[in-house]
Amino acid sequence: MLKPEHQATGAGEAGLKAPRFRYLKPHSLAEALDMLGGNASGARLLAGGQSLVPALNMRLLEPEALIDINGLGELTGITERQGVLRLGALTRHAELISSPLVARYAPLLAKAAPFIAHAAIRNRGTLGGSLAHADPAAELPACAVALDAEIEIAGRQGSRRVRARDFFTGIYQTALQPGEILAAIEIPFSPPGRRNVFLELARRQGDYALCGLAFAAEIKDGTIAAARAVYFGVGAKPVEAGKAAAMLEGQTPRAAPDAACAALAAELAPLGDFNASPVMKRHLAQVLLRRALAQLGAP
Amino acid sequence: MSGGTVSIRLSINGESVTREVEPRLNLVDFLRDELGLTGTRWSCEHGVCGACTVLIDGALARGCLVFAAQLDGSRVETIEGLSRSGVLADLQAAFQLHNAVQCGFCSAGMLLSAETLLRENRAPSRADIRHYLSGNYCRCTGYHAIIDAVEEVAKSRAAKGPSRKEGAP
Amino acid sequence: MSILSFLDRPASYIGKRVPRPGAKRLLAGGGRYVDDLRLPRLVHLAFLRSPYAHARILAIDTAAASRAPGVVRVLTAKDLEGRYTPWVGVLTHFKGLKSPPQHPLARERATWQGEPIVAVAAESRALAEDAAALVKIEWQELPAVTDMAGALAPGTPPIHAELGDNLAFTRSVDAGEVDAAFAKAFAVVEEEYSFARHTGVCPEPRSILADYDQAGESLTVHYSNQAPHMMKEIFAKHFGLAENAVRVICPDVGGSYGIKIHVYPDDMTTVAASLLLGRPVKFVADRLESFVSDIHAREHRIKARLALTKEGEILALDMDDLTGIGPYSTYPRTSAVEGNQVVNLTGSWYRHRNYRARLRVAFQNKPPTTQYRAVGHPIAAAVTEAIIDRGAAQLNLDPAQIRRINLIPDDAYPWTTASGLKFEKLSHQAALEKLLKLMDYDGLRREQAELRKKGIHRGIGLAAFVELTNPGPAFYGVGGAPISAQDGATIRLDPGGSVTCAFSVTEQGQGTEAMAAQVAASALGLPIEKVRIVTGDTERTPYGGGTWASRGAGIGGEAVLQAAHALKQNILALAGIMLQTPPENLDLADGWVTDKSGARRIGLDEVGRAAYFRGDTLPPGTQPEMSATRHYMPKLYPFAFTNSAQGSYLELDVETGFVRLLKHWVVEDCGRVINPMLVDEQIRGGVVQGIGSALYEECLYDGLGQLLNGNLADYLVPMAAEMPDIEVAHIETLTADSALGAKGAGEAGTAGAPAAVMNAVNDALKPFKVRVSSQPMTPQRILKALARA
Repeated sequence: MLKPEHQATGAGEAGLKAPRFRYLKPHSLAEALDMLGGNASGARLLAGGQSLVPALNMRLLEPEALIDINGLGELTGITERQGVLRLGALTRHAELISSPLVARYAPLLAKAAPFIAHAAIRNRGTLGGSLAHADPAAELPACAVALDAEIEIAGRQGSRRVRARDFFTGIYQTALQPGEILAAIEIPFSPPGRRNVFLELARRQGDYALCGLAFAAEIKDGTIAAARAVYFGVGAKPVEAGKAAAMLEGQTPRAAPDAACAALAAELAPLGDFNASPVMKRHLAQVLLRRALAQLGAP
Repeated sequence: MSGGTVSIRLSINGESVTREVEPRLNLVDFLRDELGLTGTRWSCEHGVCGACTVLIDGALARGCLVFAAQLDGSRVETIEGLSRSGVLADLQAAFQLHNAVQCGFCSAGMLLSAETLLRENRAPSRADIRHYLSGNYCRCTGYHAIIDAVEEVAKSRAAKGPSRKEGAP
Repeated sequence: MSILSFLDRPASYIGKRVPRPGAKRLLAGGGRYVDDLRLPRLVHLAFLRSPYAHARILAIDTAAASRAPGVVRVLTAKDLEGRYTPWVGVLTHFKGLKSPPQHPLARERATWQGEPIVAVAAESRALAEDAAALVKIEWQELPAVTDMAGALAPGTPPIHAELGDNLAFTRSVDAGEVDAAFAKAFAVVEEEYSFARHTGVCPEPRSILADYDQAGESLTVHYSNQAPHMMKEIFAKHFGLAENAVRVICPDVGGSYGIKIHVYPDDMTTVAASLLLGRPVKFVADRLESFVSDIHAREHRIKARLALTKEGEILALDMDDLTGIGPYSTYPRTSAVEGNQVVNLTGSWYRHRNYRARLRVAFQNKPPTTQYRAVGHPIAAAVTEAIIDRGAAQLNLDPAQIRRINLIPDDAYPWTTASGLKFEKLSHQAALEKLLKLMDYDGLRREQAELRKKGIHRGIGLAAFVELTNPGPAFYGVGGAPISAQDGATIRLDPGGSVTCAFSVTEQGQGTEAMAAQVAASALGLPIEKVRIVTGDTERTPYGGGTWASRGAGIGGEAVLQAAHALKQNILALAGIMLQTPPENLDLADGWVTDKSGARRIGLDEVGRAAYFRGDTLPPGTQPEMSATRHYMPKLYPFAFTNSAQGSYLELDVETGFVRLLKHWVVEDCGRVINPMLVDEQIRGGVVQGIGSALYEECLYDGLGQLLNGNLADYLVPMAAEMPDIEVAHIETLTADSALGAKGAGEAGTAGAPAAVMNAVNDALKPFKVRVSSQPMTPQRILKALARA
């Protein structure tokens, strides 16, 4: 009954003005890593800021310093080389929509990006930021998994690579260690026969997904091969529905995917949210699978 | 960096501005409190409602989600500047004609969003316009008149021909 | 000369789509809202609010906060003691309504999550927030009442022990022979409805700047508010100030919709702080605190039963409304009005004479809950229109047809409803037919049938309803509230021939100023640019009620008309003397005094100059009166009811539960339409707001009274992409209670949209033999009804 001394607050923390922090602006990736390492747990990276700044304004985070990496050339650029598309971490969501290279070599990203929030957010929000933030209802982490991407992580000791499917470990949790910076993402070119379908159910345009699906498959002789179905908004991280995808192997897209849907229901363990219970999310996931296949099967 | 403040020099509506700012001061509060440019408004301070919309280096942005300290060397345009230069004149006239403004609180954001839409898409459908403006919250109008106004301006700009330069009325 | 003689003139602005003169400034970033005001020595308030729905305050430690940088003062309830009198939200005409006194800052106890406990005044809002985080409060959490039914269950402790229980108000209506009607009915339909709690989300948050001038002992409050005169009375009364030492100014207001017309403890604290500090003090609610401190609205659970004959005639309607408010009835309008309206209005546009209704209003530990745009109407309309549709389905009648049978015939007026409402003259039948034609109802039905064959499920929903506008003093004043049902206008000719009109209705964006300018300009035969309107300042306008219950045009507009007409008589009298012509032979047009044929005689500026500068040229005993003040209050009817019919067409994705709104129509009869463009966008804005409550908006609470979705990412307000085009048409049935004949239109959109959309959703669900009767009709609720989730 008697509570200990308690910081009285409103529905969020007190107010919507950000707390004090030091502002640091490195001029190279190496300098940024030094600042990050030197500051131990007190500093956060500021890239697009479209997720970070709301959290600061609501005082859900009170970092000692912000390291503004927006000027770092090493983290920008979309290039292709030997069958691999490389996107710097600072690639803005808007660039995913406008880039001819993305359209050609990773069209799934171009299909997904228009679902992210609104134009003003997409102009500043970054690919690296979205992957590092790892919101379970976000579009790009699921696309990264569906595209079999590799995430390049820079640290003071050098860089390392983690496969997208291993990168996301939980709600807002990734394989990034303290002191590391997500530097780039590399995506093998989609083979010419690959078809991508991106579907998302959201209450309003730009909202986080109740349930979303990044689906890719090759159609060989009219049947499905190498299907990948990666869901978002239905778990703590992107969920690859491997069993359901396996059930689709060799099927024509127009065949009723009942077995795949049943497998899907079994392998998903969705977390409920305000908009949908776990049962509803499971149901929506099945609906999206059917619709993705219908799109594949459409002339 | 001295005493915890950051030196910035940036362009605000074409004017060069130099200031020392506290890092946590966001762009909206900088415009309003530091420069007295109160046409840009805050309403949610978490990036959802669009009342704080400005242009940063020509791109639509949420003023509540960027700190002034980040903008050294940047070019910021607000409703005041875009109004004075005449860039928004046809949109403003159309909004007035169609009664697409009531309390006015969302209007700056709506106008700037409409302007960047029309720069990117010269022939937007009504659905395109609704889609693009869906990041700007209005509680007074039913959005319908706003869509009418933007649609009309899109048609009249297209009729004027392809030589309309960005930033010119 | 008839007061409306100008209407036939081509120069009349009445009924014209005149763009608002004031819009230009707003579109150029020139809006001046309270937060734009900068005053010397201004301090900013941040509040520490209760994190608990119900808790005892054991100790407050403000030492660290007081020492924080930039802090001027930290205030608790103790600091304000003796500087104010508490307020009680009851009115004598709501018999039995009870509520305890309310204070600016909570004293021993917090009774809702979000209640203000401590106020920090500092040099900036950021510094105030920094300091607020240093305040330490020791709490003892208490059981919270978070559910309406639970609140009234025997054994639930009353939130206020001295009140005995949590029943704030109850009322019943029993007209005709309800039980006998049900006994002999051919069909009885029953349904239970629930309407979620929601909130206004004004684009401009609540904002107040209180400026107490210690030297002059006068208080000026710059307030984002709808009723400055009412607030002036309240500030004077509760802070012990002389009535004429208080001035309230409403600058531009960024949306209100009824949110900014109630007395808020944090606003009262702001005034108290200014009185205490002798400095201007500003408080602007941020978005998170708005969700837990703005008034909430609309939480209802309703059981309804309808008795019908075989032919579809309504024999009786029986209804029980349980509605949940906060821990206090709001002041000064009370929290009883919402439920009271539901009881009065439900079914009232149909012909039946047998009606029974019971209302219970329950206290809860949630934010104070009260009037918000369309007060009670959305609920009354949704329940009535849904149950009549259900009855139509049971009898295999088309929804349009069952309405034709039961709507009060257009020639049956005046009419008194079973609940005692008096209707002067409405046009329900005409509105319904016009709506059906406008939406091509038959065409939509054909399209619906075709698409069903392809598994596409579209729904068509109709809603007829009434809206209460232009209320007289029987609404509030009779119960002791300092709420004025009349308004006044003072209109003045200046020597250059332009006119200034100050009137007491206020502007929040709906176009009040434009409407008044149109009336004044038309009555005086002036181009509209020559008319300047002044509103929103208790020192510069006559005394009046402000904006609420859709009264601006009907009451304020009439006051302007009467004043303008009086000024016109004075102008023509003087002109008659100057021209040596009987004034009856003169008129005004285009800024000139003319003769009856329209020929110009002298300019208004010449009349003005003679009046003000050249009295020497006038005969002895001539006293020009180039200004006139008139007040107006409706007399014939306690309210001017309007009527409306709305239609919704949508597509329901039965696999996902998602609704896609295809189109919406409104046929509105608000009497004389002064500016169709203003009315249309008010209607549309109201419809979108109503769609919000039908499909999107709800305040989600857990069992401990914690608001779970108090931010704009999780509380879903309607945005452009999901909204349909909304077509509006008009019928004009004038009221005889005023010369202008205008009724109100501001809330009709909000009143009828939830009903129309719910009927459309249920129409789409017909083949599945399920219904949804809970708003908002989220995909989850729809899928649940379909047993798919």
